[in-house]
Amino acid sequence: MSARGNILGKLRDSLAGTTPRPDEFDEQLVTRPWRYAPGDRLARLRSLMEAVHTEVHQCRSDNWPELVAELLNKRNLANLLFAPAKEHGRALQAYFEATEQNVELLAYDQPVEAWKEELFWNVEASLTGTLGGIAATGTVVLWPDRYEPRLMSLVPPVHIALLKASEIHDNLYDMMVAQDWAAGLPTNVLLVSGPSKTADIEQVLAYGAHGPRELIVLVLEDA
Amino acid sequence: MSQRIPVTELTPDFRGRAEEALADGQLRNNFRVAMDSLMTKRANAFPDADEREGLRELGNRIKAGALSRLPDLLEQLEQKLTENGVKVHWAETVEEANNLVHGIIEARKGSQVVKGKSMVSEEMEMNDYLAERGIECLESDMGEYIVQLDNEKPSHIIMPAIHKNARQVSKLFHDKLGEPETEDVNQLIRIGRRTLRRKFMEADVGVSGVNFAVAETGTLLLVENEGNGRMSTTAPPVHIAVTGIEKVVPNLRDVVPLVSLLTRSALGQPITTYVNLISGPRKPDELDGPEEVHLVLLDNGRTGAFADAQMRQTLNCIRCGACMNHCPVYTRVGGHTYGEVYPGPIGKIITPHMAGLDKVPDHPSASSLCGACGDVCPVKIPIPELLQRLRQENVKDPEQPQQVKGGGAKYSRTERWIWRGWQMLNTRPALYRSFLWAATRFRALAPKKAGPWTENHSAPVPARRSLHDLAARHLDQNGGRSS
Repeated sequence: MSARGNILGKLRDSLAGTTPRPDEFDEQLVTRPWRYAPGDRLARLRSLMEAVHTEVHQCRSDNWPELVAELLNKRNLANLLFAPAKEHGRALQAYFEATEQNVELLAYDQPVEAWKEELFWNVEASLTGTLGGIAATGTVVLWPDRYEPRLMSLVPPVHIALLKASEIHDNLYDMMVAQDWAAGLPTNVLLVSGPSKTADIEQVLAYGAHGPRELIVLVLEDA
Repeated sequence: MSQRIPVTELTPDFRGRAEEALADGQLRNNFRVAMDSLMTKRANAFPDADEREGLRELGNRIKAGALSRLPDLLEQLEQKLTENGVKVHWAETVEEANNLVHGIIEARKGSQVVKGKSMVSEEMEMNDYLAERGIECLESDMGEYIVQLDNEKPSHIIMPAIHKNARQVSKLFHDKLGEPETEDVNQLIRIGRRTLRRKFMEADVGVSGVNFAVAETGTLLLVENEGNGRMSTTAPPVHIAVTGIEKVVPNLRDVVPLVSLLTRSALGQPITTYVNLISGPRKPDELDGPEEVHLVLLDNGRTGAFADAQMRQTLNCIRCGACMNHCPVYTRVGGHTYGEVYPGPIGKIITPHMAGLDKVPDHPSASSLCGACGDVCPVKIPIPELLQRLRQENVKDPEQPQQVKGGGAKYSRTERWIWRGWQMLNTRPALYRSFLWAATRFRALAPKKAGPWTENHSAPVPARRSLHDLAARHLDQNGGRSS
């Protein structure tokens, strides 16, 4: 008999004569305490994210690339990983070229194996879009894809995420239902609620454990 | 990897280790400070008692509901994961699980494994198993990395290195990595980051645990703060997740309350920095992520616990650690005293199914039954009730078939006779009266030694007159009235 057969067999024997418990999920419990007036969602997200050292900026769809340049220059960063095929990538590239920025723009356009060393040691910052935000927990949601792969938001020490204000949901349950996640998830979904951190030594909080040391969220108020 | 010297085997029994821990002021202080802080954080994370209790009730219902159709859910999970391109493996024992993991690594000719935090891999003692076969298996959670570097085991399931302070970590990094000594925690974390980053990049295989496995979508969910879990499951070409069979939940929406309960109960955080939902390996058009994803489903005694409707509740556990944070015994003796993978109250009720109650006979009674563990459990496992049950199983006649693995280890014929005598004495009035008469008249002959009791207390001596006697005399003097 296989391990699978033995395990399932033992479990079925133990359940013989019993009926499964009914599904008693109560969505009120995970939504009612976490509802906000539309005007309060951003403030809630912002205060929670800032409480865990996220830098949040409110800007508009026509001026955010300028802010990105400013943030990179302030930190003296030499390069930025971005997605030239995406709409926000094109906007960023157009601005950086028009204003002759000193920052080198890098694209994640080959399998990770081809440039792992460079990605791990030389890329200083990255910029990705988000699928939306969650006010209840101060979270941005990422669905990595071909153009913004999984490691893009993890390996570079600084991660800049673009969030449209209109895509901030009250809570995770609402977002999941509104977008029908259960119908099909991509390879990887990430809820990100701040820069990487640890409190493993004496419970002292230190940022920049293994992921980005800094998370910067740019909220596009008009989008 | 240097040879492992398990601290837990220095003193063979719980009582001996507890005495050593109680005499260690540094250790007690490290735990006291940490547990006080974790308790405060949890309390602050649940400001509304009604909301908390509603959510705990829901958490309990989801887990109990999942267990009530566990075999079907496991099959559904397997089917969905397989559709998503994940290979599912089953293991009854830790040997089988290790063998499976080793086989996967060998097929890729791997020699370096990097591991995110996984308590199931601790059950398996995977690091040692792989090391013996020439494969380096490096822990990447900062706390786990520290204890591995010091040849120790975790002392807490969420905060593995909580027994150490910054000075001790600094000395460890100095001795083992040649780093300059510093008690600045940020500096220490930077050392860990730098050392492990190369390992993430070079690793052939990443190993992780699973917090929740969603049957509906075929999704493995992991929570973490550091990013090492994401690194381990994304950077290497192969990802192997190992988990117990009880981690499956029916629907994606179920993880909403469960993740909230988990992170708030464990660390007082509304959510962890990362919640990572993995539903498959790299797709042909994707540029990163593992080419292979495997899930190893481990039994290791879980079907034994499942067979007993009362003990089945132990499988509700979502591994938050709140029970140990709130346990007065754990706080004083620390995690290593338990000598097993899972310490504290939850460890006491799940270890017997894995290792056998006879291996940990002192655990069920190392509790004041204060009930704090049950009160804070996010999925409402009645831990004190299960501890009492294990106390009973502990003293069952070993000749009889046991309901819990290794039951009857504390059975004592003498104790059984003493209780029988006690029962006879207290249920036969004539016998009771003559015992009372003799005990009061010959009180000087009462034994001076009464087992462990007289180690710390003076021996009990019967009173000159029994209460019965005194009451009867009082009534006589008052003409039958009580006052």
